[in-house]
Amino acid sequence: MPQRTVVVGSTSGLHARPAALFVKAAAAQATPVRLRVGERPSVDTRSILAVLAQRVKQGTEVTLEAEGENADAALDALAGLLARNLDEEAEQHA
Amino acid sequence: MLERSTLCGLGVCAGIAAGPVVRMGRPVALPAPRAVFDPHAELSAARQALKAVSADLADRAAGAAGPARDILDALSMVADDPLLAETVEQHIAGGADAAHALARALDGQAAVLREGGGYLAERAADLEDVRDRAVAVVLGAPMPGIPDPGHPFVLVADDLAPADTATLDPGRVLALVTVRGGPTSHTAILARSLGIPAVVAVSEALSIEDGTLISVDGSAGTVRVGVDPREAGGPRIRVRQPIEPGRTKDGYAIPLLLNIGSAQDIRSDAEGVGLLRTEFLFLGRDDVPSVDEQRAAYGQIFGAFSNKKVVIRTLDAGADKPLPFLGLPAEENPALGIRGLRTASMLPDVLEQQLAAIALAASDTEADVWVMAPMVATAQEAAGFAVRARRHGLAKVGVMVEIPSAALRARRILKHVDFLSIGTNDLGQYTMAADRQDGRLAELLDPWQPALLDLIAACARAGREAGKPVGVCGEAAADPLLAAALVGFGVSTLSMAAAAVPGVGAALAERTRAECEQLAEAVLAAGSPDEARFLALPHW
Repeated sequence: MPQRTVVVGSTSGLHARPAALFVKAAAAQATPVRLRVGERPSVDTRSILAVLAQRVKQGTEVTLEAEGENADAALDALAGLLARNLDEEAEQHA
Repeated sequence: MLERSTLCGLGVCAGIAAGPVVRMGRPVALPAPRAVFDPHAELSAARQALKAVSADLADRAAGAAGPARDILDALSMVADDPLLAETVEQHIAGGADAAHALARALDGQAAVLREGGGYLAERAADLEDVRDRAVAVVLGAPMPGIPDPGHPFVLVADDLAPADTATLDPGRVLALVTVRGGPTSHTAILARSLGIPAVVAVSEALSIEDGTLISVDGSAGTVRVGVDPREAGGPRIRVRQPIEPGRTKDGYAIPLLLNIGSAQDIRSDAEGVGLLRTEFLFLGRDDVPSVDEQRAAYGQIFGAFSNKKVVIRTLDAGADKPLPFLGLPAEENPALGIRGLRTASMLPDVLEQQLAAIALAASDTEADVWVMAPMVATAQEAAGFAVRARRHGLAKVGVMVEIPSAALRARRILKHVDFLSIGTNDLGQYTMAADRQDGRLAELLDPWQPALLDLIAACARAGREAGKPVGVCGEAAADPLLAAALVGFGVSTLSMAAAAVPGVGAALAERTRAECEQLAEAVLAAGSPDEARFLALPHW
């Protein structure tokens, strides 16, 4: 299964604004993408509740997984987003 | 229905206000479960309710700004969550009606978050808010939320949800009355930070009809129902709230001191004075007040604080606050000119006489008098001031940190003086190169600016290393959310106007010292004022 491993770049991890941006981007993809943290079962990235419950902090390594013909595009888009520090960028655009 | 009676509760923010009641919809009580004959209809009703709640919250988010926008936006996403939709579907498949399926699904998710503790546990209240909204829609009841009747009103509610506190307009809400809540509840802290008279724990509050004129006394903790129309609609009266010693939740003392500018500002219940401005004696005069006159004036204030600390600041005048006897020429750029301690190099006698008067007044009274100089830029200036002040027998000598150079060299300055007091308003102005008088630059002057917070934290660190106290006076110390972060930096006292003390005290009592330190760390990692403030909010 296509997958990407990324280190989460946002200051607040996958909480607050970065979590919201990530989930919104996941919902916009053509194919569902799942998020796996360590040995825990993977969760749907389109669910803010599931993503928050993973309690991902800045610097944590996470894995994204997807299947189907759009998988690579979706994985690249979401992995790129996770690697960025969305907290800092939000401030630059403010 | 209640007419002409007085209800009792717990006053959490002093002040009196009267006006017409507007009740916030109490969360709709769940009716008894119904037997379901058409699960498809239940599923479609539940889905539509979640969609309506999500759309309503998204609309509110679009009309909000800053942290409120993020809270509402996140709540809207929760209502739209696929995991939630799936759980609702499972409950309906199990035979539940739409309202019960929604309630169980959201309560289940809230329980999961509570188990996560900390930040996630705080999110559980948000899920309950979404639950109340979705259940209301399914049952055909109005969605709960802060009403907007188009005129000022007294808000009566069961309790306020996080989303409500983000959208409460202090211009519209004259007073707050809630059925639930306690002295350190979310509602109480919000009321104090906005200065809205509030009474919580009024069990019969929701039986007051909309439109009834009531008078709320936040000091006495009473609500008078059915007041005279002439009484209602009057101005909100702000009443003095009692000042209590500052403590964190685990009992660590953070003295909350007063900023005062004359004897009129004395509050005998305060823990002391963190900034006594002396300009009052000098303004509007052509001559320098004599040593005797100064001694009497300072003595009057010191006398009100026996065995308490009073930090007195030497004259802070000059280019920005011209005084005729200083004889200084007008300057192009007064904020950067001859002001504060800098005037002493031109008129050393004025400072000498003031130090002499302070020393005499201190010996006349039992106050613990500390003295400090304004506008110090270098360690040499600090050392020079310390030598002069000590020559007059003043034991505790410090300087204000208002210039970035002083903050950057705090460690070196502390070799010469006994304490630092950070004036965040000027420190912000000079750090951001933004004129305090210019309203267009308000964003740059935000006390939550990361660069300003870095400098404050650096001073606090230097103080801890040297084992010497570092206080904060200025707007930052009066911000209840920021106060906890300042304590986390290692700031030892906060000084503010008397009106701000209760709000700051309540906010500090909410957190342990360790939690303040965690908050401080998070706030220092933030990239913007909004992000930092957001991290301190008990919200998303």
